[in-house]
Amino acid sequence: MIAEMGLALLWIAAALACLSLVAGAVFLRGGPRELASLVRPASVAQAVLTTIAFGLLIALFVRSDMSVELVARNSNSLKPMIFKVAGTWGNHEGSMLLWLMILSLSGGLIAIFEKRLREDTLVATLAAQAALSLGFFAFLLFSSNPFKRLPVAPPDGQGLNPLLQDIGLAFHPPTLYVGYVGLSVAFSFAVGALITREIGPAFARAMRPWVLGSWIFLTLGITAGSYWAYYELGWGGWWFWDPVENVSLVPWLAGAALLHSVAVTATRNALRAWTVMLAVIGFSMSMVGTFIVRSGLLTSVHSFAVDPERGTFLLVLMAIYIGGALTLFALRAGSVAEGKKFALLSREGSLVINNLLLTTILALVLLGTLYPIVAEAMGEKISVGPPYYNRVAGPLALILCLVMVAGPLLSWRRDDGKKLWSRLPMAIFAGAAILFALILFGGRIGLLPLLGMTVAGVVAVASLAPLWGRNLRRTPLPTWGMVVAHFGVAVCLAGMGAESAFIKERLVAAAPGDIVKVGDFSVKFVGVKPVAGPNYTAIKGVLVATIPSGRSFTMRPEARTFPGLMGTAPTETNEAALLTRPGGQLYAVLGQPVPGDDGGADRYQLRLWWKPLVWWIWLGGALIAIGASLSLLGRAQLLTIWRVRRAQKAEERFAP
Amino acid sequence: MKAKHQRLVLALFALAGVAGAGVLAASALRDEAAYFRTPVEIRDGKASVGEPMRLGGMVAANSIRRQSDGLTINFVATDGKASVPVEFKGIVPDLFAEESGMVADGRLRGDGTFVADRILAKHDERYMPPQMGEMPKNMKAPATT
Repeated sequence: MIAEMGLALLWIAAALACLSLVAGAVFLRGGPRELASLVRPASVAQAVLTTIAFGLLIALFVRSDMSVELVARNSNSLKPMIFKVAGTWGNHEGSMLLWLMILSLSGGLIAIFEKRLREDTLVATLAAQAALSLGFFAFLLFSSNPFKRLPVAPPDGQGLNPLLQDIGLAFHPPTLYVGYVGLSVAFSFAVGALITREIGPAFARAMRPWVLGSWIFLTLGITAGSYWAYYELGWGGWWFWDPVENVSLVPWLAGAALLHSVAVTATRNALRAWTVMLAVIGFSMSMVGTFIVRSGLLTSVHSFAVDPERGTFLLVLMAIYIGGALTLFALRAGSVAEGKKFALLSREGSLVINNLLLTTILALVLLGTLYPIVAEAMGEKISVGPPYYNRVAGPLALILCLVMVAGPLLSWRRDDGKKLWSRLPMAIFAGAAILFALILFGGRIGLLPLLGMTVAGVVAVASLAPLWGRNLRRTPLPTWGMVVAHFGVAVCLAGMGAESAFIKERLVAAAPGDIVKVGDFSVKFVGVKPVAGPNYTAIKGVLVATIPSGRSFTMRPEARTFPGLMGTAPTETNEAALLTRPGGQLYAVLGQPVPGDDGGADRYQLRLWWKPLVWWIWLGGALIAIGASLSLLGRAQLLTIWRVRRAQKAEERFAP
Repeated sequence: MKAKHQRLVLALFALAGVAGAGVLAASALRDEAAYFRTPVEIRDGKASVGEPMRLGGMVAANSIRRQSDGLTINFVATDGKASVPVEFKGIVPDLFAEESGMVADGRLRGDGTFVADRILAKHDERYMPPQMGEMPKNMKAPATT
């Protein structure tokens, strides 16, 4: 019954999306006002029904209802409960339902909370959101039904890819999806504002919290995904420039550009057409990412199904939405009034350069990701790897960081070059000090890590400059947000630079009792013992790492074997052991046994890395997200009023 | 600067930026793109020594040899028509085994051996690299060339 109910709810929700779209369109064409009043409740109801349908799918996974094809293929009754729940979106159909649920929820939230827009713009926005969800309803119902029953229920399910059986999976995809799909709101706002020609500060202020919100989730999702790949894949890297990573980075870059340009539109009423364009690009990139990942064009743990029919369906949907929005933009761009003027050396000018650089990096990453796909279609097989991305994105990102040093210190409209210099000596001094220290004591360092750490020092000091000489209690939250986020970029950059420059690696075949030196650690390989997990068996290595002060820490890397379930092949994974120290992380992977001369396994492959400051990378990501959250809080009207009142009260208390 | 010229200057900046990025991307792609090669293409001399490339093929039966350091392995990659000897130092991925698919990033050495920096194995039947799809399912290694 549960599966049938879920499917029925999806059909009703799809009908409601259809209603919102038609009612909105007729109203905008001069239809009766009553139609407009239908759109808000229909959007809310659509959100509620889709959420319930997703809840029902989770219930099917929790109950291990093997008569449902999706559960039988992707779950198993022996799996721990958390992975049964997470398994709901660890597959194609379930993840598309999650995507659709977030899309519907976004529409519902606009309908409930958005009060600042003109009514016709709001209706147009909700109708655009409904049009988006309608396409994905069609995709789900016609080609990816998650509630499909099997004619005969198998005794048990085939399980989930062991790589995906990790706590990271429970949070990474939903977080990223909220970010991806949250950008749909900016897209719908842009379409709505283009339709009613209401493009100005009011529209930008209404859009800004949504952009910030989804960008926070994208930042968290990418940071979490990077950490997940770092400890789960056992390769010790934190970013592989894998196509799947790239398609999450591209919307993030678009979001970063958009939240800076929307600030210009909201504050200064400039860059209006550009902001609308970026809003369209942002969600378009989310759709391109979904298409590339879900269509089976790429092979990775993320691509669940290779099905040309589904790929074509997604491609057509994407072409309709992106093409439609761009056509609308082309038709209306001419009528977008020219914005306010500004000098090149001004806050606006620096944000324009920020946007140019971000979109250029976006284009280059997208090019590297799509080029092999296009080349393969023309018969040439090519792979584009990290060297390309490091070479094109690295230098541009460093220039971007230098613009970030100057931007927040400039005033709106126009500024003076000499004044800018007078605000910078501390930051330049910090950078120069780091550069000299690295050249003198750093040994041989690559150019990019060297410049990265130097720029990180400059950015770290300069990012705090907007707080100098201010009453910290009176400093508005958005300013705090900017400071924290920019400081986070510096922390992240320093972590990347230090890890690349000073990483130490040892690869050995170790017998029990052997001692391996890596960095300042001496690591003793004690031995291995077999262990049994809830649904796997494993060989667990025992290592004792000793630091110069004499303290020692035990590390236990594992090599796990998951038995093949219901006719699938057994799978092995490496569970790395991590030792986090203030100066970085020690990373240990247990490899395969090395057969000795007598055939017995007396040695084991062991790979050890000392990664200086590596955890700063994710700390920086978290700081960026926290900064954006502060900014978002500051934009919430209520909180601002509360802070002002509290500050007034505090002043009254101290008044004589 | 006159406000009238502002848009023009910005547009010129943008143009210069895009042109620069295009040149950067083109040169980086020419230098850094690794071509996917199969053993038969290497036999036919389509790949030159030292060029970064990605080799795809099956690990031939009974071909995996472990050197005494316990870390370096040698094996033969085959596509059913030709074979290439491969050398790799490191921990092989979880599902690396004889008679199953693998993809290796690396370079060809002067003696015709492919030196791999990284090896990827196909994860399970649901995650087959697309390039492997064209190869026959039950291929046998040809006699060593």
